[in-house]
Amino acid sequence: MRIGFKSFSLTVAAAAIAGAVGLSGFAKPADAAGKAVYPPEMEWSWTGPFGTFDRAAAQRGLQVYTQACAACHALSQMFYRNLTDLGYTEEQVKEFAAQFEVQDGPDEFGEMFFRPALPSDRFVSPFPNEQAARAANGGAYPPDLSLIVKNRALGFGSIGENFLAMLQIRGFSSGADYLHALLAEGYVDPPEGVELLPGQWYNTYMAGNAIAMPPPLYPDGVEYEDGTRATLSQQAYDVATFLAWAAEPRLEERKETGVKVLIFLALFTGILIAVKRRTWADVKKH
Amino acid sequence: MSSHSAPTFKNPMVRWIDSRLPVFSYMHAEYGTFPMPKNLNYFWNFGALAMVVLVVMILTGIMLAMQYTAHIDYAFDSVERIMRDVNYGWLLRYVHMNGASMFFIVVYIHMFRGMYYGSYKQPRELLWLLGVVILVLMMGTAFMGYVLPWGQMSFWGATVITNLFSAIPIVGDSIVVWLWGGFSVDNPTLNRFFALHYLLPFVILGVVILHVIALHVTKSNNPDGIDVRGPQDTVPFHPYFTAKDSVGLGVFLMVFAFFVFFAPNYMGHPDNYIPADPLVTPAHIVPEWYFLGFYAILRSFTDDWWFFAWFMSWIMDAKLAGVLAMFGAIVVLALLPWLDTSKVRSCRYRPIQKWVIILFAVNFVVLSWVGGQAAEEPYVSIAQWSTLLYFFLLLVVVPVVGWIERPRPLPSSISEPVLKAGGGGMAGATAAKMEKS
Amino acid sequence: MADATQPGDGDEPKTERRDFLNYLAVATGAVGAGAFLWPVIHSMNPSRDVLALASTEVDLTPIEVGQAVTITWRGKPVFIRHRTEAEIADAQSVDVADLPDPQTDDERVQQAPWLVMVGICTHLGCVPLGQKPNDPKGEYGGWFCPCHGSHYDTSGRIRKGPAPLNLPVPGYEFTSDTSILIG
Repeated sequence: MRIGFKSFSLTVAAAAIAGAVGLSGFAKPADAAGKAVYPPEMEWSWTGPFGTFDRAAAQRGLQVYTQACAACHALSQMFYRNLTDLGYTEEQVKEFAAQFEVQDGPDEFGEMFFRPALPSDRFVSPFPNEQAARAANGGAYPPDLSLIVKNRALGFGSIGENFLAMLQIRGFSSGADYLHALLAEGYVDPPEGVELLPGQWYNTYMAGNAIAMPPPLYPDGVEYEDGTRATLSQQAYDVATFLAWAAEPRLEERKETGVKVLIFLALFTGILIAVKRRTWADVKKH
Repeated sequence: MSSHSAPTFKNPMVRWIDSRLPVFSYMHAEYGTFPMPKNLNYFWNFGALAMVVLVVMILTGIMLAMQYTAHIDYAFDSVERIMRDVNYGWLLRYVHMNGASMFFIVVYIHMFRGMYYGSYKQPRELLWLLGVVILVLMMGTAFMGYVLPWGQMSFWGATVITNLFSAIPIVGDSIVVWLWGGFSVDNPTLNRFFALHYLLPFVILGVVILHVIALHVTKSNNPDGIDVRGPQDTVPFHPYFTAKDSVGLGVFLMVFAFFVFFAPNYMGHPDNYIPADPLVTPAHIVPEWYFLGFYAILRSFTDDWWFFAWFMSWIMDAKLAGVLAMFGAIVVLALLPWLDTSKVRSCRYRPIQKWVIILFAVNFVVLSWVGGQAAEEPYVSIAQWSTLLYFFLLLVVVPVVGWIERPRPLPSSISEPVLKAGGGGMAGATAAKMEKS
Repeated sequence: MADATQPGDGDEPKTERRDFLNYLAVATGAVGAGAFLWPVIHSMNPSRDVLALASTEVDLTPIEVGQAVTITWRGKPVFIRHRTEAEIADAQSVDVADLPDPQTDDERVQQAPWLVMVGICTHLGCVPLGQKPNDPKGEYGGWFCPCHGSHYDTSGRIRKGPAPLNLPVPGYEFTSDTSILIG
């Protein structure tokens, strides 16, 4: 006698899924013909329900960031003390931080002064403010990299497009795909007919294809402390891993907690279903 | 467990309090022995789920407010500090962020249930109206909450939505300046949005209490949409619906937890992880997914749309028309109890209205989909036809169907839903026997 | 119909089973709610950034004999005084038995010239005077609290006035001969 109940709930479910798959985003980079270009999907260590950050890759990524990116790009949400989470000792972190100078003050004479950075300080920004950064970079603003992996995630934020990625628990890894592709594969000679302004480079994966950043990485541009060969792709992969960690440093804690919570809730729901069945056992609905 | 109407409490302390402030008697009457139609299906879980989400949102919201700084220079960083440094701050923030989405999912399903089974119809019109008020308050609260992290989408969302009011003739611009407390969305705007975002949930809670009071006067509708005839049609709230609502809660919490722990940003927009920049507008501004349907209605009204050109352009400009249509979309929902002319509540017994309501729901999904697309063809045309369909269904089809439709025969009571020839038997026992045979 | 839930003849085992299930459900729910409440409560405890500032390193080299500096540690003033020979002798010669809060000078310092303590009067939380050269130092050459007239000696011990206890010494260690880590 449940007239239509099944049929309409199925209809609604189908419509909801169709809608979800359809709710797609935009702002994708396009190739010269206007077709959307997706960065190739890479294997990242932090996807899936049990994902963790590859510490070795992230440590190498810190090296890439420090040597190749930090001259222009800030990492202002990060503190030096956070580096202990990457497997560095407190002594190492202290030493690392002390290479950088931070402004402090005012002292007892009312003057600002510089001192070596402490673990409790934020990563020192290369420029004091956005205006200075623009002035030093021909008008272009090198974005802060603290959240770059999260805010460049493609499709993420557009419910339909990222539906499968959501089910695979890939989270913001499309942002790391983008970063890797942009750095390692994106810089190519502009196709014929594409005019670039002075100070611009052609990049396949940049929205609009014109990027003000000169190619920042080149093969063997850094010498890895752990002896890994610093190919272009390796460096891009490592720095993307490091920046993914920087964007979401509590990811491991989150997933670990999540597995426990879901197991608990599954058991709890099982008990509740049993209680409900027992309770309703003697009630005739009709 | 028993259906005695006047409970006696064994505990003397409880008795002492209850004779002075009858909270225990009240709980006993409203959530203990309260009679519920026994044929409710799982769609009736969603009201309780919405209540749970509201409580979770208020709780996490208060904790977040303790860590948040409502100043344009610090707001973004303070949210990141919550995500990185505050103990379990990431959890509170992701629960709050995804809780907003969950709230709307639950409430939209709750509304759909009301529409499908005719819960808005006499005598539950005020119950429905209070629900619409809650929806409007929720929208305001969600919108202002989205501004607080002070990312790019926060800033530009606030700019676009507050600018809607500039469509009002003559006083529009003054109203916008008043809303902003300045000449653009700036620190005063952020501060007042924070204050209101903290306040409104308690207003929602107040209206929810009224909603529940109204519900307990008229009592729950049911999938058959017929009135309760007697105790054989009902079961007491406890333990039957405490148990049934708990099952729904368990399943719902699993869905909620999946998003919080494994896909926390899935329903958000990546641009909101870029600090607000008043000088750079993101390429495409979209509201949160739960507003996309209404956003599509707003955007449908363009100067070159034939509907606007023929019927509205001589009274108002397209901007005002869009704004009015968007608010109108909620107003017509509020009018639903009077637009529906049928005597029968449930779509189980309304062969045409059933498809009207399903089409309305699908159309809303389509609107939400095009609302998330860039304003270009074919999406603009789809949005415009869907907008027309939205209003056409509610304002024209629903009243007409109520007149012309021949409903299926209604059961004589909940305990005996099939109208047998000459069926007059009402006792549950009889019904049970008939079902077995 | 609600009578169905009442225990009746013959369905004892069923009822017991049901009771057990109900208890199990309520208990599990309580555990879950508690587990959710913990993060809510714990979020109000000091966060990582606050804890990172919980210890402060101080370089002692610029502090001359007879000089005192005030530094901030966990939002509170910490007095560091480089004591003169006379001040040390004063502090050590006191008969501990006569003090309101008996403590020897040795118990209060790690190295005799360096007195480190939290500069908050144990009476009602004012900051005593005595750090600057021309401050009143009280009758015992240490510190004087202007709020209610408590006098502290050169070891920061309460000698006169309403304060009940000596100025507290924070946990600290010498990381080298010329620097200390407080906290």
